[in-house]
Amino acid sequence: MQRYWQVLRLFWSTAIAAELEYRLNFVVATLTSLGGLAGSLFGLFLFYRTGYQFQGWSWEAALLVLGTFTMLQGFSAMVLIPNLNKIVTQVQEGTLDFVLLKPISSQFWLSSRVLSPWGLPDVLLGAIAIVYGGTQLGLQPWNYLVALPPLAFGAISLYSLWFMLGATSIWFVKIYNVTEVLRGLLEAGRFPIVAYPTAYRVFFTFIIPVAFLTTVPAQTMLNQSGESWLLASGMLAGALLWLSNRFWRFALRYYTSASS
Amino acid sequence: MLQKSLKLSRVMLSVYYAYMVEYRAELLFWVLSGTLPLILMGLWAEAAQGGQFALGPTELVQYFLAVFLVRQFTVVWVIWEFEREVVEGKLSPYLLQPVDPVWRHFFSHVAERFARLPFAFLLGGLFVVLYPDAVWLPTPDHLILGLLAVVMAFCLRFVMQYTFALAAFWTERATAIEQFSFLLYTFLSGMIAPLALFPDAVRAVVLWTPFPYLIYFPASLLTNQGENIVQGFVVMLLWGSVFFALNRWLWRRGLRQYSGMGA
Repeated sequence: MQRYWQVLRLFWSTAIAAELEYRLNFVVATLTSLGGLAGSLFGLFLFYRTGYQFQGWSWEAALLVLGTFTMLQGFSAMVLIPNLNKIVTQVQEGTLDFVLLKPISSQFWLSSRVLSPWGLPDVLLGAIAIVYGGTQLGLQPWNYLVALPPLAFGAISLYSLWFMLGATSIWFVKIYNVTEVLRGLLEAGRFPIVAYPTAYRVFFTFIIPVAFLTTVPAQTMLNQSGESWLLASGMLAGALLWLSNRFWRFALRYYTSASS
Repeated sequence: MLQKSLKLSRVMLSVYYAYMVEYRAELLFWVLSGTLPLILMGLWAEAAQGGQFALGPTELVQYFLAVFLVRQFTVVWVIWEFEREVVEGKLSPYLLQPVDPVWRHFFSHVAERFARLPFAFLLGGLFVVLYPDAVWLPTPDHLILGLLAVVMAFCLRFVMQYTFALAAFWTERATAIEQFSFLLYTFLSGMIAPLALFPDAVRAVVLWTPFPYLIYFPASLLTNQGENIVQGFVVMLLWGSVFFALNRWLWRRGLRQYSGMGA
């Protein structure tokens, strides 16, 4: 375990050192995040400006969902996107061999090799949106704390889904854009799940579990979700994580390297 | 001259069509990744049933279906390819050929439209099944004008992005400009909501920008809605010529700046 921490520290310090060569990018990333948040707020405002509201969700409560979504977006920009795009390259060029030879879990290596700081503005802005909405609603520090477990579960579920999709590149090789499909569907997480028609709700709860990524953490913050949702969210995260590991091992059996 | 360019476009189209069809799986994923309008369709259809909005649920479903189709036919990615060509120096051999390199990109985009067609209609058909009440037929004149608007929207978006791409001569990350402009595109083009639902002041400002003409204008024509049709086409032409002029100017300046990798 300690070895993993050590390796992780090395990975991330080198990755950050490399990325900091492009400091101007930070300005660009911040501007883009700000613009993105402004746009999302505008999109939400279009629904609320005539007095309509998503069933049971005031404007401030909807902000909590939007903030959670922005934070998860930042998380995926920091960890998921840079790493998973590399899996495809590794498979395509056959350099996955070197990873498999290393004396640590290949899944760990592949999912934590790089850390990109450019997702940080999104995480911060998301947090600001949550705190703003929460203050308006009179939430206590305790409310934010209890929302952390479902948020972590959401992040784990998201990671597992992405990793499984990335692992399919063992068969399909060139699938840089599979992750784009998932990203497109995750856009649905900007809004509370009750805002959708029934067919959509079923799809986004049971097939692509977007509901668990943003709506459940926000509901926990608002003290509206029962333990059953929290439990389901935890079980989903655990099951998906386990499945991603199994799936990766299964996929590796079909890996034949690039030159053989 | 004319014969030569006809032959050239035919050859390029068939080459790039064959190339695109080779990566069918990838293409299918690209189609699926454009689902944002369909997600918003659900949200707005649900909202319009309970709220007091300027448009009814059926109109909104039709609008977003049209947005989905328009978006499928106006997807442009030239900046990523161009940036790579400049940064890796691959542009150099293309400059030696007696054809402006832009035509290569242009025809690869056009050819991809044909390869994408079946997937896009399949997904569109799925939503027709989901909302059978919303099925509509554009009147002949709206259909012709709408198709013309789609073609012009594609050209406008292409020339805009290609203009941004020329920044690659001066900076290594030209795509950052596109990422920012894509934000404006997402939120102001009518992809998240028809402009009729925008606050009046915002709509008045947005109509001066090129963005609503990339999605909202063709989509509303296709759903038999469109107003100020002449004005819309004029604005598209104006923005198109502004970007075209800027593009040619930057291209000439950029070529002088370009030294090529390893040259």
